[in-house]
Amino acid sequence: MTEQLVITGVSKRFGGIVANESISLSVPQGSITGMIGPNGSGKTTLFNSIVGHHPVDGGSITFEGREITRLRVPQIARLGMIRTFQQTRIFGKMTCMQNMAISDADHGYGLAALLKPISGETRDRSEALLDFCGLHSKRHLLAGDLSFGQQKLLEFAMALMIRPRMLLLDEPTAGINPTLINGLIERLIRVNQDLGITLFVIEHNMRVIMNLAENIHCLAYGKLLASGTPDDIRNDERVIDAYLGGH
Amino acid sequence: MNGRGQIILGIVIVAAALAAPLVFPAFRAQIAMLWIMVLFALTWDILGGQTGYNTFGNIIFFGTGMYAAAVFQRDGGFDYFPGLFIGMGLGAVISVVLAAVLGSMILRMRGHYFAIATLGLGIAAGEIASGWNFIGAGSGMSPPLFPGAPGVSYIFFGYLFFGLALITFLILAWVYRTRFGLALNAIRDNEDKAEAMGLKTDTYKIAAWMLAALFLGLCGGAAGNMLGFIDPRDTAFAGATFGVWMVLMAILGGKGTLWGPVLGAFVFHVTQEILWTHLLGWQRVALGLIIVGIVVFFPQGILGWARTRWPERFGHRVETP
Repeated sequence: MTEQLVITGVSKRFGGIVANESISLSVPQGSITGMIGPNGSGKTTLFNSIVGHHPVDGGSITFEGREITRLRVPQIARLGMIRTFQQTRIFGKMTCMQNMAISDADHGYGLAALLKPISGETRDRSEALLDFCGLHSKRHLLAGDLSFGQQKLLEFAMALMIRPRMLLLDEPTAGINPTLINGLIERLIRVNQDLGITLFVIEHNMRVIMNLAENIHCLAYGKLLASGTPDDIRNDERVIDAYLGGH
Repeated sequence: MNGRGQIILGIVIVAAALAAPLVFPAFRAQIAMLWIMVLFALTWDILGGQTGYNTFGNIIFFGTGMYAAAVFQRDGGFDYFPGLFIGMGLGAVISVVLAAVLGSMILRMRGHYFAIATLGLGIAAGEIASGWNFIGAGSGMSPPLFPGAPGVSYIFFGYLFFGLALITFLILAWVYRTRFGLALNAIRDNEDKAEAMGLKTDTYKIAAWMLAALFLGLCGGAAGNMLGFIDPRDTAFAGATFGVWMVLMAILGGKGTLWGPVLGAFVFHVTQEILWTHLLGWQRVALGLIIVGIVVFFPQGILGWARTRWPERFGHRVETP
C-alpha cells in the first residue's frame, strides 16, 4: 500500500506547552487508520496541523506526494483532504439541503462558478447522501434544529459531498447514542470500502476503534507512543500504562 | 411564502409604487425617500444579514457616490441628464473599487472588530470630506438644479429610485438563489467550517461588499441631486442617521431574508414620518424607544419571528413517507 499522508517530525508548541513533539507517522491509501491517546495528548492539535489550521514549528507533511506543510485550510480542503470537528460544525440557519449544496465541490470555487443556480445533479446527489445518512425525511429542516447525533451525521454527509480522498474524523462517535454509533460505524466502513476514501479517525471509544481501524497510532504527552495493529496496541505495555489502564 | 405568492405580492407592490406619486402628489418627496430607504436596507443586508458581518460603514459608498456624481456634473461639462447618469456610474465605479480595497484590508477581521473598524471608516470619511476644498470642504456642495418645473424632480427621482430598488431586489433575489448566496450564509453560520470545506471566504466577502457598494454608489449619486445640497456629515456620510437606519431597518424586517429589509424599510419609514408629524421635538426620543423595542422584542425581526412561529410556512417540515 502506498502512503497517502506522510507526517515527518512535526512539532507544535503553544507558548511553553509542547502539544506535538517530533511526531512521525503515515496513513496508507485506502486504509482506516486510528489515533488514540489520553485527553490533552495532542491528537486534535495534530489534526489542526495537518489541515493547515495553524503553522507548525517544525517538520513536514505531505499528502499524495505533495508538500502541504505551509498550505492553509481551504487550499488543503480543495486537494481532497476534509476534516470534521469534535464539536460538530454545520451551518445551523440553513436547511440540510442547503448545507449539502454548498458542500458540493464539483463545480469549483470561483465566483463565476458560484453564481449559478443549484443544479439538479447537486440536488440528486444531496438527497442520495442524506438518504445514506438517514436524514432524507429531515432534509428541509434547519440544520441547527437537528439533534446532536443527527448533526454529526449531516456533517459526515457534507464531507462526502465534496468527494474527498481522505477524511479526518475527530471523535465521530462522541456524544451520540449507542444505536446511532452502530449505524455510523457501518457507514464509515461502507464509505471506506465502496468509495475508497481513506479514513483517519480520532476515537476514544475503544470498542469502536479496535473494530474499525487496521492500524492505530497512540499519542501521549504530545509524543507518538506506539503504532501498530489493534492487537499490537492492545498488548503494548506503554499504551496500557499511559492510556488503557493496567487491569 | 411560495414562489407564486411572492410574484403576486411583487406585482401588487410594483403597481402601487407606479401609481403612488400620481395618487398622493403631496407625499412625492417621502415616497422617493422610501425607495432610498429600501435600497439602504437591501444593500446593508448583503453583508450584514446574509453574511453575518455587521457593518456601520456602508454609508461611505453612499457618500462617495454622491460626491463623485456632483463633481462630475460640476466639471464634466455635460447637460443635466447625461451628466447625472454618467456621474452616477462614475460614483458606482469608485465605490466598488473602494469596497475592494477597504474590504481586502478589513474583511479579514471578524465580529465586533470588523464592526468597529467600519464605524471608524464612516467617521473618517466624513472628516476627510469636510476638510477637502476640492469638494467644498465643510460648506458642502450643491449639485446642478433639476431642469424642469418645481415638484417634477420628485416624480423623476421617485421613479428613478424605485427602478433602482427594483433592479437591486431582483438581482439579490437571483444572487441569493445561487451557490454564492449559500456561501455567504455559510460564512454567517460558521466561517471556520466554510473554510474547512474549501470555500474562498475572503473573496466572497469582498465580492459581497462590492455588490453593496455598486448599488449604494448609484443611489448616492442620484440622492445628492434630489436633496439639492450635499453636507459632508449630515447627508453624504451621515453615519448617525442613514448609517444607523440602514442597520435598523434590516434588523426590524428580518435580516438575512430577501423580503425582510424591504418590509423593515416600509415600517421604519412610515413610522418615522408619523413621528415627525405628530411628535416634533420628541421624534428622536421616540425613535430611540422604537430602536430599544425592536432589539428587545424582535431581535430576529418581523420575518425572523414569523419563521420561528410558523416554520412549515417557510418550508421547514419533516417529510412523512
